[in-house]
Amino acid sequence: MTYQNPAQTGTEGQFEPSERTPVVELQGITKRFPGVLANDDIHLAVEPGEVLCLLGENGAGKSTLMSILSGMQSPDEGAIYVNGEQTVIADPRQALDLGIGMVYQHSTLVPTLSVIENLMLGASEKLILDASEARERLEQLAGMLGAEVDPHARAGDLALGQQQVVEIIKALWKGTTVLILDEPTSMLTPRGIDELAKMIDSLKEHGLAVIFITHKLHEALRMGDGVCVLRQGRVAGRLSADDLRSLDNDQLQERIVSLMFGDESGELAGVAELSAEVRHESGHDPSAAGSGRRQHAETATALRIRGVSLAPVASSHGLHDIDLELYQGEILGVAGVDGNGQRELAEVIAGQRDADTGAIVLHDGATEREVTGLGISSRQRLGLRYLTDERHGEGTVRTMPIGLNLLLKRIGQEPFWKRGAVQNAAIRSYTESVIEAFDVRAPGPDTPIGKLSGGNMQKVLLARELAFEPRVVVYNKPTYGLDVRTTQAVRLRIREQAERGVAALVMSTSLDELLEISDRIAVMSRGRVVGVVENGPGAEERIGEYMVGEVAA
Amino acid sequence: MSDSPDNPSASEPDAGGSGPTQRTATIDRPEGGSAGPSRVRQLLATVTQSLTPMVLAVIAGGILLALMGRDPIEFYGTVVDRAIFSESGRQETIIRMAPLLLIAAGLIVAFRANIWNLGMDGQFLLAVAFTAGVAPMLMPTLPRWLVLTLVLMLGGIIGAAWTVIPALMKAYYGLNEIITTLMMTFIGVNVANVLVKGPFYEEDPGRAFPATPVIEVADRLPRLFDTSIHIGILIGLIGILVVHYLMTRTSIGLRLNILGASPRAAHHAGLGVAKLTLLTFLVSGFLIGLGGSVELLGVQGYMRADWDPALGLLVVPLVFLAKMNGWASIAFVALFAVLANGGELATRDAGLPNDFILFIVALILIFMTVTDYLAVRRGGKGNPWIARFLASVGLRREGRDAE
Amino acid sequence: MLSEQLLTALIFGGLAAGMPLVLAGLGELVSQRAGVLNIGVEGMMIMGAYGGFVATLATGSAGMGFLAGGLMGAAVSLIMVVLCVRMGLDQIVVGIAITLGAEGLTSLLHAVQFSDTYPRIGRTIVLSIPWLSDLPVVGRALFGHHPIVYLTLLAAIFGTWALQRTRTGLAIRAVGERPEAVDAAGVSVVSTRTLAAMTAGVGGGLGGAFLAIVNAGNFIPFMTGGRGFIAIVLAMLARGRPLWVVVGAFLYGLSVSLATALQLVGVPIRTEVVFSIPFALVLIMLVLFGRNAYLPSALALPYHRGER
Repeated sequence: MTYQNPAQTGTEGQFEPSERTPVVELQGITKRFPGVLANDDIHLAVEPGEVLCLLGENGAGKSTLMSILSGMQSPDEGAIYVNGEQTVIADPRQALDLGIGMVYQHSTLVPTLSVIENLMLGASEKLILDASEARERLEQLAGMLGAEVDPHARAGDLALGQQQVVEIIKALWKGTTVLILDEPTSMLTPRGIDELAKMIDSLKEHGLAVIFITHKLHEALRMGDGVCVLRQGRVAGRLSADDLRSLDNDQLQERIVSLMFGDESGELAGVAELSAEVRHESGHDPSAAGSGRRQHAETATALRIRGVSLAPVASSHGLHDIDLELYQGEILGVAGVDGNGQRELAEVIAGQRDADTGAIVLHDGATEREVTGLGISSRQRLGLRYLTDERHGEGTVRTMPIGLNLLLKRIGQEPFWKRGAVQNAAIRSYTESVIEAFDVRAPGPDTPIGKLSGGNMQKVLLARELAFEPRVVVYNKPTYGLDVRTTQAVRLRIREQAERGVAALVMSTSLDELLEISDRIAVMSRGRVVGVVENGPGAEERIGEYMVGEVAA
Repeated sequence: MSDSPDNPSASEPDAGGSGPTQRTATIDRPEGGSAGPSRVRQLLATVTQSLTPMVLAVIAGGILLALMGRDPIEFYGTVVDRAIFSESGRQETIIRMAPLLLIAAGLIVAFRANIWNLGMDGQFLLAVAFTAGVAPMLMPTLPRWLVLTLVLMLGGIIGAAWTVIPALMKAYYGLNEIITTLMMTFIGVNVANVLVKGPFYEEDPGRAFPATPVIEVADRLPRLFDTSIHIGILIGLIGILVVHYLMTRTSIGLRLNILGASPRAAHHAGLGVAKLTLLTFLVSGFLIGLGGSVELLGVQGYMRADWDPALGLLVVPLVFLAKMNGWASIAFVALFAVLANGGELATRDAGLPNDFILFIVALILIFMTVTDYLAVRRGGKGNPWIARFLASVGLRREGRDAE
Repeated sequence: MLSEQLLTALIFGGLAAGMPLVLAGLGELVSQRAGVLNIGVEGMMIMGAYGGFVATLATGSAGMGFLAGGLMGAAVSLIMVVLCVRMGLDQIVVGIAITLGAEGLTSLLHAVQFSDTYPRIGRTIVLSIPWLSDLPVVGRALFGHHPIVYLTLLAAIFGTWALQRTRTGLAIRAVGERPEAVDAAGVSVVSTRTLAAMTAGVGGGLGGAFLAIVNAGNFIPFMTGGRGFIAIVLAMLARGRPLWVVVGAFLYGLSVSLATALQLVGVPIRTEVVFSIPFALVLIMLVLFGRNAYLPSALALPYHRGER
């Protein structure tokens, strides 16, 4: 078996730029789902050695388009050309054979298999596996990316950055000519993003075409030779390499935001993802975080976490001696790459799981109440709330109506139940009032919550956690996967609650988000809080340093 | 889970579970604004959809009978004749419903909570054995009504007790209950036999097989009016309707429904999953055990060694077809009792073992899942002929959602 | 009391009693690894027993019987493949249906064909391995069985190797854990699971055939008596490793064999207790090791492309 790398032909410069055929060209791609036009007449082309950024907010149709290219979905209309020839991509295998490699947003490694086994999966031409040959190929590709990978490590044990390297190698395995990266930075540290950028440069030099999908404007500007903006399933506009060179950041930002949101763009000012640069200081947008910030030293403590630990297991770093203090009306961000203990911390605070040691104490003025031994619902009643990051599996029962999901944590309580018997009228009127107050777009209060969009579902969950006098709210990735409008609405809610004195602990993998809304930002790494940073000028650099462990904890 | 609006799975069961209840997890509530005629049509569609698997199974069973050289028309004629059109057969059909209703009630509780209690036969038979052993001991000393009440409770408790091991293992170890309840059934059936041949055994030269003492007909469950029907049918009806009310109108039922629809959401909401799981098992086992006691006190009067009606799995398709609805379950249990009662006589006439009913039940299960699948697919791809056939008999998606 | 003869009989009986479970358990293991929980293995066994018995009776050859048993199991698993792997229906409901249907059907067929005659098949041929079978005690006990016993043990070793070292084995291991990864890698989830489910059918069918042809010498309705379910548990407890299925199955066989031997030498044990032993044993093993029982994360979950 020989692994050919057609990409290398590109480096020999056989083609003049002007007469290059696009590696991949999409013409008039349309894809419909019941009730939704996901892609509408999309034209797109990418050339060897080019990085094309596909920019658009969540739900704009980026992922659908790329899943068509990778053979996971088939288009309803339109044509796909690979190296100038029209082709039909019926399944992922065919896409791979055509030299289209995709790195999905969610990991497609099998955690129980070793790295080398993951790479051989689907790639072996022979019935009997040849691990040594595969190792050679691995080394070759790792060299090309400038990365090192242990072939025998279990994929599930690797750090997320390493897993992504393996994913990229897997996508390149069969001599790929175009590599698609779907939101590849969502799991990376700032340092990891730098490394990814280097890898992409190196692939470009080898003549590969790269399609880089993102919903963050500054990333698109940084990574892309050209940017294609999608909006509601259509190509809203394109920026060529020349455009990117000739315009300054403010002009670019204005132009792209108006492409992404059309008439609505004016209302969305101040959302971090729509900034051309990563925000370095809160003063950048005085209307946002700056005005809501409080001097926490002057206000009372709301929650104190003392020495909380949780033993590490195979799938988790555990928690190690966490000490945090949260003040009334404060927004404390928790930064860190996903899987460094944020979820564990959130769950321990909410009572979803018990800590091995340590104490969690709720303060109310002069009174203290230790909640460590209490169950989930007792903490809920005391005003300690938890907005989970898993809306679908954990946060909601998708087959049940909105109303019951709203009351999921108050089952059996008056006035919605009387002596155990359900009071449908009370539930209905309450649900209608929430739908109104939180601007939930739903056919009616009896609609099963699984039929709502992610954004509307999140509004219901927010309403649930913020109802009946919250005092401390743990938000776990509150805007993950939401469109920009809902993202803005959610952040406004968090701020509004803080202004009323509710303390917020916001876990997020989006540093942009934390810099936009937090008063202070704690950094988590491997189950520890490695540092707490006051939000303000220079905060981002310090957080990045904490994340990679350059600052002693 | 992506948040793109293009979620093709929105109408399908939650990917997180393989259980029986996702399709019925919404709490039942009347639709406020819908007009009369469409309600009737929806109801009709639902009924047709639910009956189709049974009809198809009966047809397929008839084909098998024909292949074995029996006349299916005559066979089913006998079934209907004996089970419906003869007075004694009709009473026998109703008598048969009593334990089936209680088993159905027990299964609805478990399945709504997505707990696969498949240990029904062990729970049932052990309850029978204890009832048969203990009732004769108490009869001489206590009044009949008290003995009957005590022994019925005992049967329920035994049934519940036999679920404790699987329940604890599920609640605290997360061990799959399908396997453990099945293991407990095999053990339970054997233990029941050991009891009948050992502690509860009564020497009787008139019998060719080991058995417990016989409870006098006068000491058994009272009869209704002048019939041979005992009050067990009332216990069964009350049992399943109480379960129906609890499951659809109360907070405890809602908790079980949530546990069934999404155990993770149940935990997240602080419902106490482990305790809820235990409770579900115990209630389910209690109802099934009660069914065993009712059968013994109402019909059998004593337990003979190696007697095992193995009713448990036969009820599974019935509650599925009824979509875990108590009222509908009564209808399906009645239909099944006709089939089982008449079928027993008809197979005997045809010189076949009574296991024919097993084959029918298996076919019902398979046709049930297949027609459901096709209804969900709304005649998309797949065999267009089948899809058209289904559409023509009114199996439209609305029928499914009307529930 | 433990004469040499008794010991020989004990080991021989243990091996023979364990064989149906080895066969069914190995097939079930492959199926479970691929994410198909084959609850219908009991039904596949009873169909295999019936097919194996009829074919042996008709041809006089146990080999033909095993062939028929395996084919019968494969045919039944085809139902599972179509309904569960291809259409994505509930694996548990279909599995129960397969078991009930197979039990009912074989009982009916048996009644129609044999209820008057109750035929038996004669002793099956035995492959006595030269030299080894002359060893004292273990000689006859270990090396005097039907050739399929040795073929099965070889198959277990081959299976261990194939799961680790072949493309197909790799795909099977991956598809039970994360089918979307297998799909994205360009390997067909449906074909891989089809193959695995068919393996379970063949294993169950062969196991049933062994029960009818070698152990019993005739066919009795419901003769599998829950062995299929024990095979499922063995496969779970083996944590994906075929050789552990073999070990577990022979432990089961020995316990049955031992109880029978004790009864023979006059120790008063009720038959019901003997029947309960394997289930109680399995339950105890589940209690002790159940927390470690390995189940692939996508077990019993249908896969639909594009859903997550």
